[in-house]
Amino acid sequence: MDINFNADVIVVGAGPCGISASMSVALNGKKVVLIDKSQYAGSKNMYGGAVYDCALREVFKDEVDNLPYERIINSNSWTFLNDTGSFELKYKDNSLKNAYAIKRFNLEKWMIGIAKKNGVYYIPNTKVNDLIKKDGAVVGVETNLEKYYAPVVIIADGVNSMLAKKLNLRQKYTPKDMLLSAKETLKLDKKTLENRFNLSPDGKNGVCKMFFGGIEEYKDLFMMSFLYTFKDTIMLGVGASLQDLTKYKLNINELLDKIKLHPDISPLIEGSRTIEYSAHLIPETGYNKLPKLYTSGALLAGDASGFINSIHSEGTNFALISGKLAGESALFALENNDFSQSTLSIYKKKLDKSFILKDLYSYRNVIDKLHSRSKSLSFYYPKKIKEFFNIILSADCKSKSKHFRKFFFNFIKDRNIFEIIKDVFAFSKCALDVFFGR
Amino acid sequence: MKKEDNKKSIQDKLNTIKYNCDSKTHLKVEQKKCLKCREKTCTFICPANVYSTDEESGYTIVQYENCLECGACKIACPKDAIDWDYPDAGYGVIYKNS
Repeated sequence: MDINFNADVIVVGAGPCGISASMSVALNGKKVVLIDKSQYAGSKNMYGGAVYDCALREVFKDEVDNLPYERIINSNSWTFLNDTGSFELKYKDNSLKNAYAIKRFNLEKWMIGIAKKNGVYYIPNTKVNDLIKKDGAVVGVETNLEKYYAPVVIIADGVNSMLAKKLNLRQKYTPKDMLLSAKETLKLDKKTLENRFNLSPDGKNGVCKMFFGGIEEYKDLFMMSFLYTFKDTIMLGVGASLQDLTKYKLNINELLDKIKLHPDISPLIEGSRTIEYSAHLIPETGYNKLPKLYTSGALLAGDASGFINSIHSEGTNFALISGKLAGESALFALENNDFSQSTLSIYKKKLDKSFILKDLYSYRNVIDKLHSRSKSLSFYYPKKIKEFFNIILSADCKSKSKHFRKFFFNFIKDRNIFEIIKDVFAFSKCALDVFFGR
Repeated sequence: MKKEDNKKSIQDKLNTIKYNCDSKTHLKVEQKKCLKCREKTCTFICPANVYSTDEESGYTIVQYENCLECGACKIACPKDAIDWDYPDAGYGVIYKNS
């Protein structure tokens, strides 16, 4: 029996990845159906707070000039927190224009608007429950309403990808594979916010702050916190691995509430009011646990493939570009009228050539190493930084050389020397991997 | 006491979220496995405090209405007892400010 195809391509999931995939298909005059389970695209999504200009332009071209963003993130800082203070590195460049703070509800709404204008057939409020297969190849999807058929299905259904699991493209996740992030959107008067973060009153610029550690009672818990300024809201969130949370029997909200009280963070959010709480998983499967990215009639992209570089807070750009490459690969298969696994393997080749798999490869060991050295990073070095600056700033009428010598000997003596050697090895391995890439 | 404070804190925060609640659950647990579970990971890992244990019967109580659809419970459950799925089309959490 021949199948009556409703479309050339079906895309499941209307996040940045799925919308980008469907755009690249529609722009080439092919019929694409974009199916999403939620009432409004983006309404089940959360992120730190920024989407990147370069990747957006790859997909939406000059339309990006009309992106309804709230602020341009042009000031970034990285702070190591200890119990009573912090050590901070900050970079600000007023000419930077590469990251936009925009709420997901608004971002996806804007992207969907452009996709529809370009001929994407968008079907919200519809949940894909299963894939339809014929002779081993995916040929369509079964939704709560009806069945849709197309020779290629692009799966972009997010981090918990039920469809990748159904097709056996990915292994079962373990707690080690996932970061859990929880965030609060905090409302603050716009003027107060701009004064507090030293932002110009034209309302365009914004800051992103990353914080490491800050809660000393869990000594080898590796946690990161983030803060983004929007127009009249602050996004404050934390992330920790499911494995660490399980180990300490911790709820992520406890970490969020604790970090809100840290002396370096509480003044930043003082007087604000929580207007939304949200949580999401962040995949850390990376290169070492890469799923199977294609099979006959189907491609896997975005969060569903674990395409994220959490070290650089990059995810939306991986989603947008992997979606675009999946769309182009589907077009290649349509041109050749061949939807077999071997034809669709062009997708993997495209990913190999792009920054996506290059970066995932060069960062493949970083997360593991950071987790294995988390006690050093979250506890030992922040403590040593504190001691060092206490020497510099104490003005205690004692000779500095004596202080410095003591600091140096304690640095080696305070801990097993092998721990320091392990740190050096782990960090240089990461640095060399990233430097030489692939 | 600390855990109670956290529950209160989560409840306050959940009140800020808009939901379109379904009348039936999208989260199913295998109670037989729960009865044998010592870790009860779901009762502390969930950012929305969906899971609790009924002290008398030992069964897991699931307040699916509060679910943020993150998926943490399924991955963290040591007994693999949670049959996790998204709510039906159009239902569940609606973030407008995240």
